[in-house]
Amino acid sequence: MKKKQYSTLSKVLTLLFALLCLVWIMPIVEVAINSFKTNASINTNAFALPNAETFTRLENYIKGLTFGNYPFVKAFGYSLFITVVSVALILLFTSMTAWYIARVNSRFSKIFYYLCLFSMIVPFQMVMFTLTFTADAIGSGLTIGGIHPLPLNTPFGIPIVYLGFGAGMAIFMFVGFIKGLPLEIEEATAIDGCGPIKTFFMVVLPMLTPTLISVGILETMWVWNDYLLPYLVLDRTKYMTIPILVQYLKGSYGSVDLGATMAVIMLSIIPIIIVYIFCQKYIIKGVAAGAVKG
Amino acid sequence: MNSILVRRPIQRCFPLFILPTFLCFIIGFVWPFIQGIYLSFCNFNTPRDAEWVALENYIKTFQDASFIHAFWNTAGFAIISIVLINVCAFAIAYALTQKMHGANLFRTVFFMPNLIGGVVLGYIWSMIFDAILKRYGTYLTANATYGFWGLVILVAWQQIGYMMIIYIAGIQSISEDMIEAAKIDGASGWQTLTRVIVPNVMSSITICTFLTLTNSFKLFDQNLALTGGAPSVIMSGAKVNMTELLALNIYSTYNISKNYHGVAQAKAVIFFLLVAVLAIAQQWFTRSKEVQQ
Repeated sequence: MKKKQYSTLSKVLTLLFALLCLVWIMPIVEVAINSFKTNASINTNAFALPNAETFTRLENYIKGLTFGNYPFVKAFGYSLFITVVSVALILLFTSMTAWYIARVNSRFSKIFYYLCLFSMIVPFQMVMFTLTFTADAIGSGLTIGGIHPLPLNTPFGIPIVYLGFGAGMAIFMFVGFIKGLPLEIEEATAIDGCGPIKTFFMVVLPMLTPTLISVGILETMWVWNDYLLPYLVLDRTKYMTIPILVQYLKGSYGSVDLGATMAVIMLSIIPIIIVYIFCQKYIIKGVAAGAVKG
Repeated sequence: MNSILVRRPIQRCFPLFILPTFLCFIIGFVWPFIQGIYLSFCNFNTPRDAEWVALENYIKTFQDASFIHAFWNTAGFAIISIVLINVCAFAIAYALTQKMHGANLFRTVFFMPNLIGGVVLGYIWSMIFDAILKRYGTYLTANATYGFWGLVILVAWQQIGYMMIIYIAGIQSISEDMIEAAKIDGASGWQTLTRVIVPNVMSSITICTFLTLTNSFKLFDQNLALTGGAPSVIMSGAKVNMTELLALNIYSTYNISKNYHGVAQAKAVIFFLLVAVLAIAQQWFTRSKEVQQ
């Protein structure tokens, strides 16, 4: 008797959650539907399904790809480049720094570590104006032999800014993990005559894999979706990332061509959903692990 | 921690292990932070033409009706979101950790909105809200109440999934034996929940309230994309954007004209102090309630 009751409750719960999940994805489904409709039809009834008259096939998408005089592919490319390079830089350099901080008990290590903790509670608004000045001053002001060696205000230099502003959290997480690793392994490699660089890359880095995954996921989610930092730092007439392009389109074309804007939004969501479907196990694990440390 | 055998060789590699990160950290954080504090006491267009005005910017900030309004807006928004997001996220996490079909699929769906950027989310929801409100002959930015609650719904939709993941991890780490023991002692489902599960996930509650608190105070992208602060009214001689939160207020102050750059930076310093004090106070408060094991 008891067993039967339990299973009905479980069935009701399952049904309830299935419905709730449908509601949850509704906003995205709405955008998907509207991206195939004519402007007039989106305007009069955004919730209606497209019919023979209002269905536009891929017209909105074709328009969306070159919408606003800025090709979507270009924004996508910049977003991808900035994200991949920034996250790679952050993972490589902060894990090295964290190993130094965890293993070398100097005053410098301590000060740097506390500065990192401090930087985690400083909101971006506190430094956004001055960071823009600094990036411009170094990016355009510093010239050696006619070229700018550190173009911080372009997509090619902005990963340096991300490494600087994002170092705090990454170092904090890596130090926490490294302090839990047994010192004996590194001592053994030192006795065997292995230098610190080799030790780090051949012994320590492989042991850091779980933390590398969670830091990598958290930083990717941040950099890929970040709007304000690239908006302020980059020259917007030349370089746009996807969030900048979407905001720009909304401001200047959103009311003019809803259909094409919906298509651009879909184009920006689809890659994320594809990555999510394949890596959801790692993403969810990474977030849970990251939060427990924080 | 202090094995000389390991420490010495690493110390020799200081230029490789520390310098690149440290220099970037100076460029990306330390220098802008220090310059930010200095410029909050100046009138400036660029740092080169900064002119010391002492506390003038701070005085102007506290006389600015739009800043005061944004503060109360943010405080109200933060309280509502913290309660709403944490209660929903915990309830969903609790349900999904019971025996249920498709729990993994549901978890995946609830988490998904987190992966989409704030600007895109804001735009999606402004379309949805406008479509709904159109049936009643109005629109999202017509009334500050719509914009405020619209933002609450948007942020809840985005963050419930994230907090749910943290609560699920917390609930799953409670040992089966403890729950079994409570059942054998005759505890009802509700008693098990409130007397066993909740006290044992206090550390998850600490993390989630901390994250929701700081997230709501720092919220910017969603606010900008959903309403951009509209509608605005004139209040005691100043333009006040009714649905603006603090972070957006700082940004829009800066964009009024170059005479307001110093005021915007002073607001940013106050904003930083506020976030820092809240974050530290919250940590201290909930940590004291955690179960020691």
